[in-house]
Amino acid sequence: MLNKDERRKEQILRMSGVNPRKCMRCGKCSGTCPSYDEMEYHPHQFVYMVENGELDALMQSDSLYKCLSCFACVDRCPRGVEPAKLVEALRLTVIREKGANHMTPNDIPALVDEDMPQQALMSAMRKYAK
Amino acid sequence: MQRIGVFVCHCGTNIAGTVDVKAVAQALKNEPGVVFSTDYQYMCSQAGQEMIKQAVADNKLTGIVVCSCSPRMHEATFRKTAAAAGLNPYMVEIANIREQCSWVHKEMPVGTEKAIILAKAAVAKVNLNAPLTPGESPVTKRALVIGGGIAGIQTALDIADAGFPVDIVETKPTIGGKMAQLDKTFPTLDCAACILTPKMVDVAQNEKIRIFSYSEVTDVKGFVGNFDVTIKRKARYVKEEVCTGCGACTEKCPQKKVPNEFNLGMDNRRAIYIPFAQAVPKVATIDADYCTMLKTGKCGVCSKVCTAGAIDYKAKDEFVEEKYGAIVVATGFNPISMDKFDEFAYSQSKDVITSLELERLMNAAGPTGGTLLRPSDHEHPHTIVFVQCVGSRCSACAEKGKEYCSKICCMYTAKHAMLIRDKYPDTEVYVFYIDVRTPGKNFDEFYRRAVEEYGVHYIKGMVGKVTPEGKKLHVQASDLLDNKQLHIDADLVVLAAAIEPDKSARPLATMLTASMDTNDFFTEAHPKLRPVESPTAGVFLSGTCQGPKDIPETVSQAGAAASKVIGLLCKDKLTGNPCIAHSDEMMCNGCSTCEKVCPYGAITYVEKEFRMPDRTTKIRRVASVNEAVCQGCGACTVACMSGAMDLRGFRNNQIMAEVDAICK
Amino acid sequence: MQVNEYQPLIVAFCCNWCSYAGADLAGNNRLNYPANIKIIRVPCSCRVNPMFILRAFQRGADGVILCGCHPGDCHYTTGNYYTRRRMALLFSMLDYLGIEKERTRVEWVSAAEGAKFAETMNDFARTVAALGENKRLEDLRCKK
Repeated sequence: MLNKDERRKEQILRMSGVNPRKCMRCGKCSGTCPSYDEMEYHPHQFVYMVENGELDALMQSDSLYKCLSCFACVDRCPRGVEPAKLVEALRLTVIREKGANHMTPNDIPALVDEDMPQQALMSAMRKYAK
Repeated sequence: MQRIGVFVCHCGTNIAGTVDVKAVAQALKNEPGVVFSTDYQYMCSQAGQEMIKQAVADNKLTGIVVCSCSPRMHEATFRKTAAAAGLNPYMVEIANIREQCSWVHKEMPVGTEKAIILAKAAVAKVNLNAPLTPGESPVTKRALVIGGGIAGIQTALDIADAGFPVDIVETKPTIGGKMAQLDKTFPTLDCAACILTPKMVDVAQNEKIRIFSYSEVTDVKGFVGNFDVTIKRKARYVKEEVCTGCGACTEKCPQKKVPNEFNLGMDNRRAIYIPFAQAVPKVATIDADYCTMLKTGKCGVCSKVCTAGAIDYKAKDEFVEEKYGAIVVATGFNPISMDKFDEFAYSQSKDVITSLELERLMNAAGPTGGTLLRPSDHEHPHTIVFVQCVGSRCSACAEKGKEYCSKICCMYTAKHAMLIRDKYPDTEVYVFYIDVRTPGKNFDEFYRRAVEEYGVHYIKGMVGKVTPEGKKLHVQASDLLDNKQLHIDADLVVLAAAIEPDKSARPLATMLTASMDTNDFFTEAHPKLRPVESPTAGVFLSGTCQGPKDIPETVSQAGAAASKVIGLLCKDKLTGNPCIAHSDEMMCNGCSTCEKVCPYGAITYVEKEFRMPDRTTKIRRVASVNEAVCQGCGACTVACMSGAMDLRGFRNNQIMAEVDAICK
Repeated sequence: MQVNEYQPLIVAFCCNWCSYAGADLAGNNRLNYPANIKIIRVPCSCRVNPMFILRAFQRGADGVILCGCHPGDCHYTTGNYYTRRRMALLFSMLDYLGIEKERTRVEWVSAAEGAKFAETMNDFARTVAALGENKRLEDLRCKK
């Protein structure tokens, strides 16, 4: 049986589709991150904190909401780890655990912009609805 | 009826761990033809082989089945054992119960059941085996080396040293390869040209070595010992044997705006050029893409200044056909394109360069005469940032670079950093690394010297992006140990670009039917035990065409490849593969289908006289296989409509018997 | 002990130069695939006579897979092109006879592709297992 934290980690990995074990700790994500200085934990730390199961600290941290979802880390990661997707899944988990739903499907069509990655839209919704 | 012995190997626990070897030996006892069955710890060991010999003698065995590792591993071993025991070596069959059974299955009952079936299939095959005698073919005592870099040079010198003639084919106008472009070499810091150019001169002066520069291999036919190779000698518009290499033409040519590939496009050369001062052969070449005379018919300055009369505007590509006994591939590498790594602004700023470009910038014969100057404004850089692993160690899913480690970058970056700090102590040097990998003699000491004695700033972390800002390059990077993001205003950024096999390697591999891995590196016959041979007999590998290597490794591999070539060329005759096609003349209907499918042209048709049942004779047209040329692919056996053609060692009834044994 | 669920019997013909070595590599890397796949070594995929495949089905094989070098990489220059054409014809004929196309396959696996070999075999075994037993060509006289 998995305990609560392990279940949570499982869920986050499934939601994000990220495999943190692919990370080789090069730090390119943190090197590339535009809001690095605002963060308590940094992109490379997100990845290994999830891998190590330090989820509480991460989910309580403000750092999650400092991520701009610019996806620079996703674009430049040499191992294809995609830290921004992990951040996204963490934010969603925080919201789910609070039990609130900040968005109804009816709100979406008005906000869709063809040039914007869909995930960026979703992140923005969650971030500002907080 | 055969008298077959079955020998089941434990391979320590490799096989015995998942296969009940005793049960296999027991189950095989009652198979038709089997008169002896046993198991042993290591069949390939001396004791194991003795056991086989003893069993052959004691039981008058006529066939052997060894249940062991892959036949690719030890088939040759057991064939030798059989020969030593007085059996025909081709009466041995291997049941692959390690790689294809015990290693892929986890449960004992499943593994055992499969092993028994595989062994039964092998027994069924041996029951139908016939003794085979290999044919012989002569060896052409001449070697071909494809690529004239340090790998090709060393291989050619070593082969020539043993007394065999060697030809080097090089696509560039000169031999020397990448090493000729380098400044210094790690970890001893001796100058690359000082150790390479004497070797190039040796090659030029060696009577046994011919250099086909500015040439390409366009076709390869034949097989080990007897390759027929077509070499295209590209038109260089200068008569090689007449040109004295005085260089007058290269000074007078009015077309001055040709990017100089030897300096990686950082300066210009003329349309007629000699790549560098120590080029071998020291002969000018006209670049047809830029020469005004060749394009418009108006100029001819070079032919006017050439006192030797070497210029020939009417030259055409020539094709040379030559026979070789062995071929060495030494096609080398290139740095990868930086197109997919635009976060480092390589395309946006001239001051973002690759390490090979830095090598030229620091070389006394380079575009700046050896003074380190920024390519954009020719000023002395004061802050230099090195970025490691650009395109190396990338995951395949990132779809950018290469998955492998390029191996040489850590060391050459340490070298660059050290040389810069030594020559220009007012320069700050930052090296961003993921890991520093220094496995090699005196390598780690070298890297530590760069840090401890020369004060190079090694920072564990990666550069995220480089933005040109005015005259500076803004470098944003992470420092993982300090958990900080760094912002450095650099004057020069040097990217340690991953290396990839030369683009010519892929079509060459197809011509040679030599296999390649997914990265286009040539595959070796065995990753540990036969590292310089390709799985295709007679084709050998030297240098970075097989995998990333530094100079010492390349030279040692070149020597190893040469010794393998010498070993081959020393032989007067090669024993061939006896598993070749054979036509039953009585069944052949003379339809010529097999002749058309044979990739080697080994099948010819002959008119032959046959005695008919009614005592008359009749002339019939039947297929005849040239045993020296047939390689045993079996394409003809399937094409044959009358069923006359069969493949020795893999006969129709043998494979049928295997199918039957498996499907029982 | 045989696992209770239905395990199809699969015959794999592997070219000595590529996929047979690929299978060895899969073994070296301990990549699992079902045990009911049995490999027969042939010098080249073009050595595989359609008769062998018919025989396998006749004797009760549920699927036959033929592995060769990637097009252009044949050790014998052109053998795999013959295979491709021959098998295209044979497989459509078998399909006409009621042996579903999914039971037969030609796959290119190089000596360096151990992972692809194991993956291919797993996938093929699943596909054939989903089709169930082959009864169409099976010669009941061959059953004891």
